[in-house]
Amino acid sequence: MAKIALEHIRKAYGPTEVIHGIDGEIKDGEFVVIVGPSGCGKSTLLRMIAGLESVTDGTIRIGDKVVNNLEPSQRDIAMVFQNYALYPHMSVFDNMSYGLKIRGLPKAEIKRRVEEAAHILELTPYLQRAPRQLSGGQRQRVAMGRAIVREPSVFLFDEPLSNLDAKLRVQMRLEIKKLQERLGITSVYVTHDQVEAMTLGHRLMVLNGGNVEQFGSPIDLYDKPQTLFVAGFIGSPAMNILDAVCGGDGKSMTLFNGDVITAASGAENLAGKSLKAGMRPEHLHLAGSHDAQFSAHVDVVEQLGADTIVHGTLLNTEEQLSVRLDGIQRLERGSTIGLSVDPANVHLFDPQTTQRVN
Amino acid sequence: MIENRPIVTFFTHVMLILGIFMIALPIWITFVASTHDEIRMVQSPIPLWPGDQFFVNLERTLFGAGLSGTENAPVWLMLLNSLAMALMISIGKIAISLISAFAIVYFKFPFRMTFFWMIFITLMLPVEVRILPTFEVVANLGLLNSYWGLSIPLIASATATFMFRQVFLTIPDELLESARIDGAGPMRFFWDILLPLSRTNIAALFVIMFIFGWNQYLWPLLVTTDTSMTTIVMSIKQMLEAAEQSPQWNIIMMTALLAMVPPVFVVIGMQKLFVKGLTETEK
Repeated sequence: MAKIALEHIRKAYGPTEVIHGIDGEIKDGEFVVIVGPSGCGKSTLLRMIAGLESVTDGTIRIGDKVVNNLEPSQRDIAMVFQNYALYPHMSVFDNMSYGLKIRGLPKAEIKRRVEEAAHILELTPYLQRAPRQLSGGQRQRVAMGRAIVREPSVFLFDEPLSNLDAKLRVQMRLEIKKLQERLGITSVYVTHDQVEAMTLGHRLMVLNGGNVEQFGSPIDLYDKPQTLFVAGFIGSPAMNILDAVCGGDGKSMTLFNGDVITAASGAENLAGKSLKAGMRPEHLHLAGSHDAQFSAHVDVVEQLGADTIVHGTLLNTEEQLSVRLDGIQRLERGSTIGLSVDPANVHLFDPQTTQRVN
Repeated sequence: MIENRPIVTFFTHVMLILGIFMIALPIWITFVASTHDEIRMVQSPIPLWPGDQFFVNLERTLFGAGLSGTENAPVWLMLLNSLAMALMISIGKIAISLISAFAIVYFKFPFRMTFFWMIFITLMLPVEVRILPTFEVVANLGLLNSYWGLSIPLIASATATFMFRQVFLTIPDELLESARIDGAGPMRFFWDILLPLSRTNIAALFVIMFIFGWNQYLWPLLVTTDTSMTTIVMSIKQMLEAAEQSPQWNIIMMTALLAMVPPVFVVIGMQKLFVKGLTETEK
C-alpha cells in the first residue's frame, strides 16, 4: 500500500505535448478515477504511472520512491487492461502465477495465492482452462486475479469494463468496488464513462486536453463544478448551460429571452457582464404561471418510467434545454412549460476563462 | 458460381484426371522401375507394373556401393547428409529469422528500418545469384566439404524474417506490457510468450524450409567434392552420368524414390500445424 504523488507531469511525443503538467496526490488506500473524453491523455497518464510510457518531465512517486526510471515490474503495481491481455497459450492458473514465478516465489506460496485469488473471484473451477474458453466477464476476472496475486501496493485499471456488455459492466463495477474496499489497495482507474467514475471513485480527476479540470469527490464535482467542462461532463443528461447577463445585484441573471433567474450566491463585481448559467436538468421544476422564472418550448418527451426527460428550447430562442421530472408526466409536444430553479442550484461561469464565478 | 451442366462436369473431371496423371505417372514409373532388376529395365518397352525386386534393390541401393563401377557413397550416407543439411538449414533459418524479427519488432535501435530493408532486399539475392562470392567466402573459411559449408550460406532468410515480423505485429502490445509488469525481461518474453504463440507459424515454416533445404542441388554440387559429403539430390544426376555404361535404372529410381520419402513424411507429419500456421489469424 502506498500513496502516489504526481508532480508537474508532462508528456510529449516529439514536439506535441499531450499532458501539460499534472499535479495531484492519491492517498493510501484511495480509489481515484481519472475520467475524461477520449484523447484527453487519461490513459497516457495511467501508463506513465505504470511505467509503460516514459515521463517527459516531472516526478512520479509511489510510496516515498521516485519511480520515473524504474521498470514496471519494480514499481510494485499491477495493471488490468481493457482487452485483458491474458496470455492466450497459458491456463488461467499459469496466467495468474506467471509474474510470481518470475519473481521466484516458492511453488507452495504461488499456489496458495492463486487459489486464494481464485476463491475471491469465483474462478476456482476454471483454473485449468485456457482464456479462450472463458466468457468476457470471466476473462476480466482472471485479469483482476492476476493483479491481486501480486499483492501490489497500487492497482491500475485501464478502462477494464469497456469490452463488456452493459449488464455485466454494472455487475463487474460493483465487484471491483467491493474488492477494492476489501483489499484496501490504492487504485487508479481510467474510464471515459462518467457513471462508472461517479460510482467507483472516492475522488475523480477530470482531465480535458491534457489538463486537470478538477480533482475532487464525486459530490464535489456534481455540486460545485469548477469549470464549464466539468459542469457539462458530469451528470446525465448534461447540465443546461444558458447565456445570461448579470444584473446589478450580481445575483439576478437575465436570460437570452428576457426571463430572469436568481442565483443564491453571486458576485457584485460581475454586474453587467455576460455569463454562462448552468442548471442541472434534475434541478428544474415545473411551475405555474405565477411561480415560473422562465419558460420552455417542449420538443421531445422521453418517458423512462421512473422519470420523464423533456428536451426543448428556451422559449423564443434556439438555446437547448433539458428537464428531468420525477415520475410520469403527461406533456404535449409543442406546448410551453413554466420552469423554476432553486437559486442554490444555479452555477455561474465566466465564458472567457470557463471558470466558476460563484 | 455453381454450374450444373453435365458437359461442364465431364470436362472438369477430364482435366482433373489428366492433371493427376501428369503428376502421378512419373512417380508411378519411378516406383515400378525400382522393383525390377537391371536387365528388365534396359529392355523395351518399360514395365508398367511392379516386379518383385523391390527389397533386393532397396538393400543394394542403401547399403551397397550404389552403382556398380563408380565410387559413389552408399545411399544411406547421402540420405544422412541430406537430412543433416535440410535440418540445419531449416532450424538455422527459423532460429535466425525469429531472432532478427524479434529485434526489429520489439527493440528500438538506430537504423532499425535500414536493417529491416537490408534484410528485405536480400530476397532479391538468392544463393544462385551470389554463388561465386559466396563460394569464395566458404572456401576461404575452409568450410568446403562440411555440413557447415552446406548449410550456413542458405540460412539467412528474408522471407522467414518478414513472416515472423508479420506474426509478431499481430500480437497485441498489451501482452508485452503485461509481461513487463509481470517482470519478464526481453528474453523471457521471447521464450515464454512469443515462441509459444508463433508455434504454428514455426511449424509451417519448418515444412517449407525443410523441403527447400532437402531439394538444394546447385550449392551442394559446388561445395562438396568428397563423395562422403554427397547429398542425395545431387547424386541422382551424377548416377545418370556415371561411368561409360548404360544407366542402372532400378538403382537410380530407387534412389529417387528414397529422396522423395523424407519430405513426404515431414509434410504428412506436420500437415495439421502447417495448415493452421498458414491460415490461423486469431492470437
